[in-house]
Amino acid sequence: MSYDGWILLTAALVGLSCGLVGTLLILRRMAMMADAISHTVLIGIVAAYLLTRQLSGPHMVIGAMAAGLATALLVEWFHDRGVRQEASIGVVFTTLFAIGVALIATRVGNVHLDVQHALMGEILFIPWERIELPLFGSVPEATFLLAVVSLAVLALIILFYKEWKITTFDPALAASLGFPVALMHYVLMAMTSMTAVAAFDAVGAILTLAMLITPAAAAYLWTERLSVMMALACAFGVLSAFPGYYVAYLLDTSVSGTMAFTTGVIFLVSILFSPRHGIIAKKWKNKQRQAA
Amino acid sequence: MKTEQWLEETGQARRTVGSGPAEPVLEVRDLSAAYRKNPVLADVNFSVGRGTLTCIVGPNGAGKSTLLKVMLDLHPRLTGTVSFFGTTYQKVKSRVGYVPQRGAVDWDFPADALDVVMMGLYGQIGWLRWPRRRHRELALAAMEKMGIEHLAKRQISQLSGGQQQRVFLARALVQDADLYFLDEPLAGVDAATEWAIMETLRDLKNRGKTVLVVHHDLHTVRDYFDHVLLFNRTVIAHGPTEETFTRDNLARTYGGTLRWLEAVVP
Repeated sequence: MSYDGWILLTAALVGLSCGLVGTLLILRRMAMMADAISHTVLIGIVAAYLLTRQLSGPHMVIGAMAAGLATALLVEWFHDRGVRQEASIGVVFTTLFAIGVALIATRVGNVHLDVQHALMGEILFIPWERIELPLFGSVPEATFLLAVVSLAVLALIILFYKEWKITTFDPALAASLGFPVALMHYVLMAMTSMTAVAAFDAVGAILTLAMLITPAAAAYLWTERLSVMMALACAFGVLSAFPGYYVAYLLDTSVSGTMAFTTGVIFLVSILFSPRHGIIAKKWKNKQRQAA
Repeated sequence: MKTEQWLEETGQARRTVGSGPAEPVLEVRDLSAAYRKNPVLADVNFSVGRGTLTCIVGPNGAGKSTLLKVMLDLHPRLTGTVSFFGTTYQKVKSRVGYVPQRGAVDWDFPADALDVVMMGLYGQIGWLRWPRRRHRELALAAMEKMGIEHLAKRQISQLSGGQQQRVFLARALVQDADLYFLDEPLAGVDAATEWAIMETLRDLKNRGKTVLVVHHDLHTVRDYFDHVLLFNRTVIAHGPTEETFTRDNLARTYGGTLRWLEAVVP
């Protein structure tokens, strides 16, 4: 595949995995938690590197999942002791992220990671770091990691679709029917971490959040079905890769930046034109009501 | 009234009302619970007989909803035991149905009414399986009983408060439980819905099921419920409505002056 092809495929996979996880996060009102995890995976990556002296996919994923779960547990721990939920998230994630940034700046930084890369990602370098796979031949490592994570997330959501649905809509009923509500919460946190670390290399911590939240928030405005919302969130994420990449090429600027900006444009169009929640539709309905 | 006294009374009620053996459906012993170290339930003791329709009444903040949640392991308890059908809740979960307060869920969730009713069947469907046509038909039959089958495909955000509550009741019906806990099912619903819900609860009772309802409207207690449990952090009085729902007991539960009680208990 061409250099451009790999970049577009990588960006599309970011959109796909983030759309699936993002839909659940939005419906559970956990955008702040997603923000936290997309930052704290950094400390997981750094820790994994310090322990193994390698920046390989599996190590990073395990490190990031550990960091993500630690974030979720710490937030709960403070919250149980009377700290407000948002304050708890804010404190935990900035502190963990700060440790990650400090570590990068000292020991790891001159090897592979730097703060700029961690915050913004560098999708343009992705096609150069390749690994050999049995059937597919030479594949960029980040793309491969994203493909594995996307498949894992897709499988978890399809297999446990009704469990996700009930624990998200009515956790009390779900618990009374015997569904492990707390376990599913932490599985979602692990999925968020996995997605964040896989997307991290491509788009960085800040824009991972944009890809998690914005397409799902836009999708929410268009449909009243959970499955459709997930499909639309994925579609918006994947579609934003294309204009994102070409605008960046024309303006000679950051691909991840233009991609995240494209999701913002999709959201803006959605809130203006969506048939039920859109601003225009609501204005029009109000006018009709007044006329009647 | 002393604890022993009304425990005895409920025991009698059980023998007369319940058709089966004198095993209590629900037995609560020395239950206590706290919210961040503030005690909300203390020394709660009562038992409920089969085939009864009981309402739990008490002032705001008396811990009525918390009581339901603690019994169902949805909120941690400090002390005490709760036995369901003579065993632990975990062993008989499928025989216990719970209807949370309508406001406890996000009605902007992308789902239609049928989706929500089907959720009552998710426990029976089991892991890694998808709902089938049989489940759809069960859900639609329950919606028909609640008079909302025509709303099956309606988005839940487009339903009125009364319709939402009927959806919750239909969801409880498909669970086909033997013991139901309902948290304020009549709060903020229209008269027609209130009537439909009470018809459903009476029907459950007549089929030998046991129903426990957190209720707020003191004016309807005598008409709707055969047993009443007056509650304010602990059980103030419990027994058949006729004997238990007295001005005296109400005054002890609400701690108020008697003037408004005259309107409730003539």
